[in-house]
Amino acid sequence: MSISTSRSDPDYVLGERDRQLILATQEGLPLVSDPWGKLGKQLGLPADEVLVRFQRMQEAGVIRRVAAVPDHYRLGYRFNGMTVWDVRDDAITDMGRQVGELPFVSHCYRRPRHLPYWSYNLFAMVHGTNHDEVEDKASQIQAVLGNTCQGHTILYSSAILKKTGLRLRKT
Amino acid sequence: MRLDTTDRQLINLFQRDLPVCDRPYQAMSRQLGIAEEEVIERLQSLQDSQVLSRVGPVFEHSRAGASLLAAVAAPEEQIDLVAARINHAPGVNHNYAREHTYNLWFVMTAPDEDTLDERLDELEHQLRLPMLRLPMVESYHIDLAFDIDWESLP
Repeated sequence: MSISTSRSDPDYVLGERDRQLILATQEGLPLVSDPWGKLGKQLGLPADEVLVRFQRMQEAGVIRRVAAVPDHYRLGYRFNGMTVWDVRDDAITDMGRQVGELPFVSHCYRRPRHLPYWSYNLFAMVHGTNHDEVEDKASQIQAVLGNTCQGHTILYSSAILKKTGLRLRKT
Repeated sequence: MRLDTTDRQLINLFQRDLPVCDRPYQAMSRQLGIAEEEVIERLQSLQDSQVLSRVGPVFEHSRAGASLLAAVAAPEEQIDLVAARINHAPGVNHNYAREHTYNLWFVMTAPDEDTLDERLDELEHQLRLPMLRLPMVESYHIDLAFDIDWESLP
């Protein structure tokens, strides 16, 4: 069901060494000239093998990307708006793609409705340094959706109560 | 923390991807036109000040198990208690308070779908609040990075 543009191999099975490598890097890579060598020493593997396993997991889609991941809240994007939209079912795939392409949308998903409590089936996350900036971005989304959308709202975050990345547990 | 032009450029260039090669920081230094040691120092300092949450891999959640976005409408006077219970439940990795009737939004994870359902059922039972379960049906775009408008930042 899911639409993904990234190359990936759903059959790639994580080996024990891959798991160890994930455990060793999920908080970040060593900030030294030869990070693979340092990881290799930690794990008892040659540096080349560490790098090759890392590249393989990336090609297989287990690692989505390797990046300098900014904390947007710390940078000043204090307003995080989860915009939610009630989009006609026959238009949602097309509309979802178009909304997902807007440069300021960080993620965009289709989720089920739960009528009568919850009528929104399209979720698009936007960020701003102030309230108006988020509202402005939401109106740009509304313009894309046009009459395929029967209602929307914006859920602003008032507190981050917990936030951790993916964590594998040591087994 | 004030970021200078080089810090900003570093984030602009590498917030989505950095080179996974023999000497990644050296490859980055060439693109930035500064020394490798300086790249390492800057990354360390941006990480220490938490401007960068980390320099490293972003794993594909769906490949490491199951996860689901859920929400509850906690009565205003109980919100702290409910939030604490959610945070303590096994597998919860995000929990945001949001301004809406459904005021607590969290992501539950588990090694597989069955365990995920068990964890959600158990938490729902413990909270005694109906839980909105919102699995991802289709993903149109995931890019936790977006273009940073440096001039607009406070």
